[in-house]
Amino acid sequence: MAKKEYAFYPGCSSQLKASAANYLVSTSSMCKTLDIKLTPIPDWNCCGASISYAGGSELSRLVLNARNFALSETHLPGQDMVATCAACWLGARESKEKLDTNAQLRADANEALKEAGLQYQGKTPVRHMVEVLIEDFGYAELGKPVVKPLEGIKFAGYVGCQTNRPFGIAGESFENPLYLDKLVETVGGEAATQYEQKVTCCGGALAFSETEKSQKQIKDIVESAYDQKADMIVTPCPLCQANVEVYQSEINKKYGTKLAMPVTYYSQLMTVAYGGSTKEAGLDGHIIQPTKLQEIADKPAPAKK
Amino acid sequence: MSELNTSTTEKYHNNFLREVEENVEEGEWVKMCMQCGVCSGSCPLGAHWAHPPQELFMMIRAGKREAVLSSDSMWMCTSCYNCVVRCPRKLPITGIMHGLASYANKLGMAPKIQPTRDFSLQFWKNCTRTGRVNELRLTLGLYFNDGLMAGIKKGWAMRNIGLGLLKAGRLNPFELFKGHSCKDQQGIQAMLKKAAEIEARRKHSTH
Amino acid sequence: MSEMKTAAYICQGCGISDRLNTKQMVQIAQKEGKMQIVREHAFLCNAEGVQMIRDDIEKEAVTHIMIAACSRRAKTEAFNFPTVSMARANIREGVLWSQPEIEAAVEVTQDMADDYVRMGCAEVKKMKLPEGTPNKAQNKRILVVGGGVSGLTAALESAEAGYEVLVVEKQGELGGWARQLWKRVPSKSPYTDPVDTGISELIAKVTQHSRIKVYLNSTIAQTDGAPGRFQVQIATESGATTTEEVGAIVQASGFTSYDINKLPELGGGKIQNVVDQAGLERMLVAAGGQGGALRRPSDGGEIKSVAFIQCAGQRDESGKHLPYCSGHCCNTSIKQAMYFKDANPGIDTVVMYTDLRTPGMGEDFYRSAQNKGVTFTKGKASEVVTSGNSCDIKFKDLILNEDSSIQADLVVLATGQIPNSGVNIELAEAAQGETKPISILNLTYRQGKDLPQLKHGLTDSHFICFPYETRRTGIYAAGPVRRPMDIAQAMEDATGAAMKAIQAVENASLGRAAHPRSGDLSFPIVRLEGCTQCKRCTVECPFGAIDEDEKRYPVFNESRCRRCGTCMGACPVRVISFENYSPDSVGSQIKAVDMPDEFSEKPRILVLACENDAYPAIDMAGMQRNVYSAFVRIIPVRCLGSVNTVWITDALNGGWDGVMMMGCKHGEDYQCHFVKGSELANYRMSKIDDTLKQLGLETERVASFEVAITDIARVPQLINDYVAKIQEIGMSPMKGFA
Repeated sequence: MAKKEYAFYPGCSSQLKASAANYLVSTSSMCKTLDIKLTPIPDWNCCGASISYAGGSELSRLVLNARNFALSETHLPGQDMVATCAACWLGARESKEKLDTNAQLRADANEALKEAGLQYQGKTPVRHMVEVLIEDFGYAELGKPVVKPLEGIKFAGYVGCQTNRPFGIAGESFENPLYLDKLVETVGGEAATQYEQKVTCCGGALAFSETEKSQKQIKDIVESAYDQKADMIVTPCPLCQANVEVYQSEINKKYGTKLAMPVTYYSQLMTVAYGGSTKEAGLDGHIIQPTKLQEIADKPAPAKK
Repeated sequence: MSELNTSTTEKYHNNFLREVEENVEEGEWVKMCMQCGVCSGSCPLGAHWAHPPQELFMMIRAGKREAVLSSDSMWMCTSCYNCVVRCPRKLPITGIMHGLASYANKLGMAPKIQPTRDFSLQFWKNCTRTGRVNELRLTLGLYFNDGLMAGIKKGWAMRNIGLGLLKAGRLNPFELFKGHSCKDQQGIQAMLKKAAEIEARRKHSTH
Repeated sequence: MSEMKTAAYICQGCGISDRLNTKQMVQIAQKEGKMQIVREHAFLCNAEGVQMIRDDIEKEAVTHIMIAACSRRAKTEAFNFPTVSMARANIREGVLWSQPEIEAAVEVTQDMADDYVRMGCAEVKKMKLPEGTPNKAQNKRILVVGGGVSGLTAALESAEAGYEVLVVEKQGELGGWARQLWKRVPSKSPYTDPVDTGISELIAKVTQHSRIKVYLNSTIAQTDGAPGRFQVQIATESGATTTEEVGAIVQASGFTSYDINKLPELGGGKIQNVVDQAGLERMLVAAGGQGGALRRPSDGGEIKSVAFIQCAGQRDESGKHLPYCSGHCCNTSIKQAMYFKDANPGIDTVVMYTDLRTPGMGEDFYRSAQNKGVTFTKGKASEVVTSGNSCDIKFKDLILNEDSSIQADLVVLATGQIPNSGVNIELAEAAQGETKPISILNLTYRQGKDLPQLKHGLTDSHFICFPYETRRTGIYAAGPVRRPMDIAQAMEDATGAAMKAIQAVENASLGRAAHPRSGDLSFPIVRLEGCTQCKRCTVECPFGAIDEDEKRYPVFNESRCRRCGTCMGACPVRVISFENYSPDSVGSQIKAVDMPDEFSEKPRILVLACENDAYPAIDMAGMQRNVYSAFVRIIPVRCLGSVNTVWITDALNGGWDGVMMMGCKHGEDYQCHFVKGSELANYRMSKIDDTLKQLGLETERVASFEVAITDIARVPQLINDYVAKIQEIGMSPMKGFA
């Protein structure tokens, strides 16, 4: 039996061939090393994300999330629900808070869920993968399986918005959360502790609709990483990852800059440090290649002591 | 003016604050703003809001219904929640902005050309069609929103990104035909339909 | 008193003997200081060292001791010898810790220690043990002037502490403004609703108290005397006057509401539906409460909307109205808006403000009002006009930055508080203002009838260190007379003032000073035969302690005196002194130092440092090992006000190269513990330039500095900069003439 078991809520972007497919791949590898068993919630659906507000009414967005909770409670009883996507986690947690504090909304949601043969009972906590790592394992425990410390790489820990606000990771500040830096140090990398854009918004969904404004944000985020002499950015959020990586070429065109800053996931760092290959770490899924990380991944693992 | 808009105006006798409290998601919080302006100063796109949140709250209290609902300010919200965590009065400002935008859209008062509104509507349509987002259709839908030629132009401009993602295994061209989806689509549709019914019933009974 | 017998004790502890030649210091005390007994001790403040001193006092009949060890501010419990005069040479903080432990500094460090021994020996021989004033005053009754919330609280607190109290109230009933209120702002959790004023209970407690006597319809016709023996004439309405003796006075004369008629642009006095906050309370009291039941004053119509205009005639920059914020009015308007909302949530209530200020737990109260649906609009009202039976308020919306207007059936103006301070004694009779104020206390003091004011007519109280403390010892100000405030603050204020009054009567009964020199038994002694009746002391005393007799000689009222020595500093013929602090006790120290010659490259800078702030700051600089020049010699003074110009001229004539005076901040936001001392010193020193020129000296040789107790890092810098400047100017040409 695995050390820990969780009901996994990957979310739309972390599916095969979706925009954060490499997040899924590296998370799986990382969990394998840590002996975490992730069982996807059967037939999970989209959380609605923040951006669906104009189309989806309050209750419709709520029932989408309630359905996932109900499925998790039914099929994976007793397991905490874990999301890797910032938006999924936020959407689910926000919904859960409303369902658990507003009896009317809860009754309404259950009335709608009945149509799908389900019921929300409020038993399952909703957590982010980072919470699982920090709270259920702890930095010391996470450091144990490291076989290839990420020496010589400086990471700008880009926490972004939705894993940080409004809930955030317990014990961290909204203005200067430190967990990414600590994770980087845990796997033997160097953290750019003075990275000042670590909680700046990348534009989120507005990267699609307000491209100019969002790209200005992304430009700041990447340039600040350069200012800190970082080799790459590391983030816990799939939308942050995509926006910050993908639009650098557009920004270069518009501003005449030469940005080429790789953007990685913490799960990729951990997978590589744990001895995973480029493929296992999803390092083949980048537009801007995280070369330094790939080099470590390609090195043969040192012999076990 | 839409019929809903006309009937609502009549009902509230220009008491826009009450209208917001009763119809806008999180609207009951508007009265609690203490006008410190921290929200406005914390917004990443703050400079692009004709009326930052602090002003919108003031305008609601001052009964400036038309100016608030037809504004494209709240459509600038990126859902970063910076204002929420900094608000000394703990107002769920992000939620209120979404609520106002959604309400304006419902009344037909939102600006006609508003890309974020279009994206928001498409996202909802997209994710509820099968229960999961079809990223390719979502993107293309947005490009072609302004017509075929505009879409081709935008698509062409962004072709490198698309190709890059394709190469990285993060974009599936076959999603255009059959993408990720939930199995119990019927249940999802029935559930959403019921939710809409319940909401209509509640509005009717409480107001 | 028996004959003087002197002893000096040189401590070797805390590393003193490691770096200094204490043998040499012993010799200096013997030969130059002429001390009859001189002893060294390895650890003077330990039981054995202290016992050694005690034995000398008992067995050798020593009367004057000089201790060369740590600062006079340290080890005060060990070195406590109340039966002898004592001087302390500050070797540890002032020399050892403030000088670097380097070879190059050894000589100048030793010079410094030697001089402090010389100075200590010189000083102690000029000191006498204070015997205490023979004029102890024993009356401990407390008079409270004013029967509002502040006065009643002060009376009750004093009485509960066991003191007899007199309350004098000019109206026919107790309770003041609070009696006219419908409810008050809450002072207890959960701070959500207006609460009962509690004034009836307070009045009942006061009137039923066995130790409190109340005079209604009465005023103070005359106040004479001093703490412990005030003679107060109480005039009743009938014209009869009763004389009562009291020990201390709490002045809680309250405030007058700003005249609404001065705000015609806001409808004040012009529009019936415009009232002030007090007016609204009166309407409610008359109606028996229930904001919802109030009717429009103009036509008796229903009130559907109420607007509150904050800062009406307050925080005014035009000079027409009150320049200050009255503090309570935002909370009061919030409370009043709730009167309406609680009775009928359908009534629109708008509070129009520029900055909402809700002291205390007012933020919770504010939030509660928002929850109840009171609307808050950030805007500045410019005009209120009638519009039918309603009012139209024109205002500038400060968030949207546009001109706007709203309608309201009733407009409430939040006007301010004007303190009932009585006569401004610093103004001539003619300049007192349109309506001549009536004196509250009618003091017979030489300096005027009422308590001095600071600004805006508010009675001066030492806001930074000693609130309630006025410039008249034994008379304490409480409540809105000293600062605008609400009920909760006034009650706290009154309690504080009552405690001060109790301290005052207790100190007076023992002939001791009130703070900051509390417990001091010394008092000014004047040698009248030398007095030239110049009146400087009577004019300058910050506390009005000195009256004049018919021949214009000063009459000292010891229990009014705070022992700051301002009179001593002022006296041109130096006939005023204290037994243990005098022109001579400091002057002899200035003359005692070993003055190096012109070619020594060792300038000597005299630092006269206020003992309240500057001297502790210098001590603490030493504790933190912040190094300063070894060329300074520092003498603590009670207050810069006590610095007599003779010390400066003596120093300059004696070859000192410069004089630094360090005192507290003066002016409107003064920090001087004696209120006016540092200001007077500054004024006197502004005239010293002429003296310097007569002596042919550069004006830079005397300089004044404001030093706060927190200037621990700054004060060594000030010293070093000044020494550098003096070195640049060059050595004094006066050396060798003394």
